[in-house]
Amino acid sequence: MSENGQPHIAPLKTYINVFVALMVLTVLTVWVAFYDLGAFNIVVAVTIASIKAYVVVLYFMHVRYSAQIIWLTAAAGFIWFVMMLALTLADYATRGWLPFPEPW
Amino acid sequence: MADGHSHPAHLAHHFDSVEQQRESSSLGMWLFLAQEVMFFGGLFVAYAVYRFKYHEAFAVASSHLSIAWGALNTVVLIFSSLTMALAVRAAQLGDKKKIIHYLLATIFLACVFLGVKGIEYTGKYHDQLVPGPTFHYEPDFDKYTVPVTAETAHPNFTGHVHLFYSFYFVMTGMHALHMVIGIGIMIWLIVKAQRGRFSREYYAPVEMTGLYWHFVDIVWIFLFPLLYLVWRH
Repeated sequence: MSENGQPHIAPLKTYINVFVALMVLTVLTVWVAFYDLGAFNIVVAVTIASIKAYVVVLYFMHVRYSAQIIWLTAAAGFIWFVMMLALTLADYATRGWLPFPEPW
Repeated sequence: MADGHSHPAHLAHHFDSVEQQRESSSLGMWLFLAQEVMFFGGLFVAYAVYRFKYHEAFAVASSHLSIAWGALNTVVLIFSSLTMALAVRAAQLGDKKKIIHYLLATIFLACVFLGVKGIEYTGKYHDQLVPGPTFHYEPDFDKYTVPVTAETAHPNFTGHVHLFYSFYFVMTGMHALHMVIGIGIMIWLIVKAQRGRFSREYYAPVEMTGLYWHFVDIVWIFLFPLLYLVWRH
């Protein structure tokens, strides 16, 4: 939202550029999947997907030109999801690290 | 504002200004989308836990999905996001004709996506990979490119392949349902645009539908690598 209350209208070129970037990243994610990176295949795949999502949020969803409260709401959704994922995996990934005590 | 009705028709009574109204609808939509993140997030977290636990079975199960169809649909859906963004831009410029054209293009691309999904689902049905009592999968340990043999496989290997397909159908199914709803909303927008309900000052429904559509696009951006590209080298 610009100062005069009128929304920012991005030029056509911006949208075309974003589309091309998303296409390039799509090709990249398929191409890189055919290489054996061990445990990093999933890391690379999710990183590329996150960059794509970020670009969509910034430009297609206009967050770049939006009020701060929109930034905050978008970030809150993302952060809460990451918390849910991180805490759940921290549990499941570490099960069995310590010997389970004998039942009594 | 003496009679309380000296405001333009597109400005609802309880807002001070058009921009306040616009920001309120954006905020409301973003809160809805944050809730949608939680909804799909639950599925993604469950998927992550089981993929971590049964990564061999998930890798094998994923290799039965077609990268070509998945990649094609990714391109189609991102393209539909572009046409949707251009529909919103046309609304900002007050170009009624272009709004309708871009919305029709978006609906067309959405139908292509769902058609491809239909082809994929039909293939999985014929291969008996649809979860439920008809699910049937014979592990062929000699043919796998994934390092899993009859010795290293979990005793319930087939069950874990079954689980992958449960995730596949629930996640892509919920995603497809969102798209069907989106198509319905876009048809409603076209009717409204046809009746000249949108202007340079008022186009919130087009913009909010755009946000929804891009969100659905983002869900697929994550679904594609997570479901189709588990183990391809």
